[in-house]
Amino acid sequence: MIPIPAEQLANIQRLAPEIVLCVFGVLIMCTDPFLRAANRKVLGWIGFIGTLAALGSVWFAAQNPGPAYSNLIRVDQFSIFVHVVVIAASALAVLGSLNYLNAEGIQRGEYYALVLFATAGMGILAGANELVTAFIGLEMSSISTYILAGFRRRALQSNEASLKYFILGSFATAFFLYGIAMIYGATGTTQLDLVQHALEATPAGALSILGLGLIFVGLGFKVVAAPFQIYAPDVYEGAPTPVTALLASAPKAATFALMLRIFDTSFATVGHLWFWAIWGSAILTMSIGNLAALAQTNVKRMLAYSSIAHAGYILVAFTASTAVGVAAVLFYLAAYALMKVGAFLVLTHLGQQGEKRLEIQDYAGLGSKQPILAACFSLFLLSLLGLPATGGFLGKFFAFQAALDSRVVWLVVIAAINSVIGAFYYLRVIVAMYFWEPSKDYTPTHVAPALTAALLIAAAGTLYLGLLPSRVLIFAKAAADSLSLR
Amino acid sequence: MQSQSLLLTVITFLPLLGVPALLFLRSEDHIWIRRIALAISIAEFGISLFLLPGFAGANPNYQFVENREWIGEAIHYHVGVDGISLFLVLLTTFLTPLAILCSWNSIHEKVKGFFIAILVIETAMIGVFVSLDLFLFFVFWELTLIPMYFLIGIWGHDRRIYAAVKFILYTMFGSILMLVAILWLYNLTNTFDLPTIQAALQFRVPLPPRTELLLFGAFFLAFAIKVPLFPLHTWLPDAHTEAPTAGSVILAGVMLKLGTYGMLRFCLPLFPDAAHRAAPYIGVLAIIGIVYGALVATVQHDLKRLVAYTSVSHLGFVVLGIFAFNTISIQGAIYQMLNHGISTGGLFLAVGMLYDRRHTHEIKEFGGLATPMPILMSGFLFISLSSLALPLMNGFVGEFLILIGVYQQHAAWASWAASGAVLSAIYLLWAYQRVALGEVTVEKNRTLPDASNRERLILATIATAILFMGVASPLFTRRMESATDNFLQHANRPQNASHPKLTLPSVKAAEVAIAGKDRIQP
Repeated sequence: MIPIPAEQLANIQRLAPEIVLCVFGVLIMCTDPFLRAANRKVLGWIGFIGTLAALGSVWFAAQNPGPAYSNLIRVDQFSIFVHVVVIAASALAVLGSLNYLNAEGIQRGEYYALVLFATAGMGILAGANELVTAFIGLEMSSISTYILAGFRRRALQSNEASLKYFILGSFATAFFLYGIAMIYGATGTTQLDLVQHALEATPAGALSILGLGLIFVGLGFKVVAAPFQIYAPDVYEGAPTPVTALLASAPKAATFALMLRIFDTSFATVGHLWFWAIWGSAILTMSIGNLAALAQTNVKRMLAYSSIAHAGYILVAFTASTAVGVAAVLFYLAAYALMKVGAFLVLTHLGQQGEKRLEIQDYAGLGSKQPILAACFSLFLLSLLGLPATGGFLGKFFAFQAALDSRVVWLVVIAAINSVIGAFYYLRVIVAMYFWEPSKDYTPTHVAPALTAALLIAAAGTLYLGLLPSRVLIFAKAAADSLSLR
Repeated sequence: MQSQSLLLTVITFLPLLGVPALLFLRSEDHIWIRRIALAISIAEFGISLFLLPGFAGANPNYQFVENREWIGEAIHYHVGVDGISLFLVLLTTFLTPLAILCSWNSIHEKVKGFFIAILVIETAMIGVFVSLDLFLFFVFWELTLIPMYFLIGIWGHDRRIYAAVKFILYTMFGSILMLVAILWLYNLTNTFDLPTIQAALQFRVPLPPRTELLLFGAFFLAFAIKVPLFPLHTWLPDAHTEAPTAGSVILAGVMLKLGTYGMLRFCLPLFPDAAHRAAPYIGVLAIIGIVYGALVATVQHDLKRLVAYTSVSHLGFVVLGIFAFNTISIQGAIYQMLNHGISTGGLFLAVGMLYDRRHTHEIKEFGGLATPMPILMSGFLFISLSSLALPLMNGFVGEFLILIGVYQQHAAWASWAASGAVLSAIYLLWAYQRVALGEVTVEKNRTLPDASNRERLILATIATAILFMGVASPLFTRRMESATDNFLQHANRPQNASHPKLTLPSVKAAEVAIAGKDRIQP
C-alpha cells in the first residue's frame, strides 16, 4: 500500500466538509435512476444526512486548522463559523423541501444534489484564501442556484427567476473575475495574504483600487447590496420557496465571509476608501429594502425585500472594520440565517400547491386556525423586526454597537430609523394572522413532520441566540480574531 | 460580592410561569383559565408585599439586589429596587388582579390568549421597574409592547387595528433611538450596568455638553412618547379608546409610568446638565399638556376618550414635578404616578362596567344612571373625586406636593399648572353630572343592573386604596425620601460641584482615554 504523505492527509482533512458534500451529491445522482418516482423522497433524506455528515466533518476539519492545498484554502475559526452557518441553513432547507417537492410534483434527485454542490461551493467561498479559488467556489454555488431557482420548470415565474438570476449573476461574476485580473496585475499575486503584504509594502495604486471596486460589484450582487439588488425580489419570489430560503441565507453568509476576508485583511490599508463605498451602499440598501417592502402585498416578495434591508444592516456592522465589527457581522449572519430560513419555510407550507396563497390576506386569521405555525411565523417576523429576546435583536444590537464603537454614528441612526420602518410591514403580517377575521376559503393542512422539525429547530435557534448568546458570541469573537485584522 | 436576593426574580417571572399553566388548559375551559390567571396574579401581589417589611426606608441604595453575568462580561442580569421603583412594582401587582377581574365576563373570544397576554405584560412591566442594567431594561421595555399590541389589536373595539399599529410604531420609534444612546453609553463606559455608568459619567468620563444633550434627547424622546408628553400624545387617545378595559387599565395604570419612571431613573441622574438645560422647555411642554389635555377632555363626547385625555393632563403634572428638581415636587411626582395609576385605572374600570352593560362609551347614551345603579355610580363619583384631587384622597397629596415644589422653583409654572387642577374639577364633575344625575334620558338605561358582587369588590378595593393613600401618605413618602434625596444629589450636581469637568483639557483627556483603539473617522 502506498503511504499517503501527511501533508496530503491534512489537506483532505481541511477540505473534508466540501468533499463530504460532493460525495453525497454524487451518491444522490447515482442512486436516482434506480428509484421509482414514488420513492424519490429517500434522496432527500440522503441529502439531509449528507449535510449532517458535512457538519460532522466541519468538526473534524476544525481539529486541524491551517492552510490547505498550497495555501489556497484556509481552515480557521472564521471559516469554521461560516461553514456551520451555511451547512445548517442548507440542512434546514433540505428538510423543508422534502414534502414541498412532492406536492409540486418535482421530486428529483438533482435537486438535492444541486443543493449539496451549492453548499460545497459556499464552503469554498468561506475558506478561500486565494481569489481564483474563491471564484471557483462562487461559480459552483451560483450555477447550482441558477438551476435551483428554475426548478419549478412549469411555472413561468420560476423560469423568469432562473433566467434573470443567471444573466445578471453571470455579469456579476464576470466583474469579479475582472477585478481579480486587475489585482493580479497590480500586485502580482492572487493569494489574499500576499496581496495584503504587497499593499502594505507599496501604497495601493489605481489599478488595485479599481480591482477592488470591481470585486465589490461582483460580491455586492451576491449579498444583494444596493445598487446591485435589482434582481433579488423577482428571483426570490419566483424561485421555489425552499430554494428561496436557501438563497436568502447561505450564499449571503458565505459571500459576506469572503468580503470580510478581502476588504478587512487584504485591503485594510485602503480602508478609508472602501469605507465610504460600503457606507453609501448600506444606506441605499436599507432604505430601498425597507421602503419597497412597505408597498408589498405578497408576503414572499415582502420577505425578499426584507432580505435586502437586512443586507444593509450587515453592511452597517461591516463599516466598523474592527474585530468587534467582524464578530458582529458573523453573529448577525447566524441569527439572520435562522430566522430567514424559518420565515421562508413557513411560506413553503402556507403557499400550498403551486404557491398560490402568498398574498397577505390569505393569512387572515391564521392565528386561530394553526396556532403553532402562526406562533412560529410571528417569532421569525419579530426576530426580523428586531424584538428583544430574539436572535435578530442581538444581531442588530451588536451590529450597531460595533459601528458606534468605530464612531460611525449617523449610519447607525439611519439604520435605527430604518428598523422602525421595517417594523411596519412585519407587523402587518402579524395583524393579518391575529387581528383579521379568518378567511373562509382556507382549510389548514397538516404540516409535514420534517418541515415541523425544521421550523422548530429554527425557532429554538432564534430564541437561543436571543436569550443565551454567550457561546455563539465567544465563537464569533474567536472567529473574528482568527482573521488577523490589522 | 454581596448575597443575592431572589425575591425580585421570583416577582418578575412568576406571572410568566402562569403561561405554561394556562397553555395546558383546554381553550374552551374559560372558567379555569380565569381562575388560574386570577390566582397567579393574587399570589403575585401577595409575594410582592414581602418587599415592604424587608425594605429599609433609610437606605438610599438599591435593595433586594441580584447581579449575575448574562451575556459576556458586559451584560448582566442586575435587578434591584429603591424607594422609587418599589411602589411602582407594587402598583403593577395591585392593578393586574383588578384588570383580570374586570375582564371576567367581558372577554369571550380567545380567552386563553387574553390572560396570557396580561400575565406576560405584568412580567415585562415589573422587569422594567427592577432592571438595573440598561440592556436588561431595554429588553423588558420592548417586551411590554408586543402583548399590549395584541391586547389592543385582538380584543379592542372597532378601530383597534389602527390604534394598535399607531401605538406600537410610535413607541418603537422612540425606543430605537434610545437603543442607540444605550450603545453609545456602553462604548464610553464599557458597561451596561446603571450604577456603574452613573458613577463613571460623574467621575471618570464626563460627557462633552453636546454629546450629553444628544444622549439625553434620545432617552427623553423614548420616555416622552410613552408618558405621553404634549405634542407626542396623539397615539394615546386612540390606544385607550380602542383597547379593552383591562388593556386601558394596564396602559393608563402602569405603562404610562414607564415613561416618567424612565425620566427619573435615567434622564436626570445620567445627564443632569442636559436635563437642567432642557428643563425650561420641558416644563413649558408639560404645562401645555396639562391645560391642553384638560380642555380637550372637557369637550369629549366619548367617556373613555375623556378619561384618556385626563391622563395627558395628569401626567403633565408628573413631568412638571420631575423637571422642577425639587425634593418635594419629585416626591409629589412619584406619589402622583401611583395615584394616577389607581384613580385613572379606577375610572377606566368604571367606564368598562358601563360598557359591559350598554356597549357604548357615548356620554349622550347615558344620563341619570344614578337612579338604576346607585352603587356603581357612587363608586364612579368617588374615583372621579380622587382624580380631581379632593383633599383626604390620594390625588390631593400628589398634586399638592407637586404644586408646592414647583412653586418654590417657578411661581409662574405653578400658577399655570394650578389652572389644570381647576379644569379637572370641571371636566370630571360635568361628565359625572351628564352620566349619572338628572332624569334617565334613554329608556334602555332604566333597567340596567347595579354593580354585581365582582364589580363591588373591584370598586371597594380601588376606593380603599384611594382613601388609604390619601390619609396614610407618610407611610409611602417616608420610604421614598432617602432615594429621592440621593437621586437629587446626582441630578443637581452641576449646582453643587464638578464644574471642573467643563474645562476642556479634562474632556480631551477623557476622550483620549476612551478611544483606546484606532478608529475610522467618518
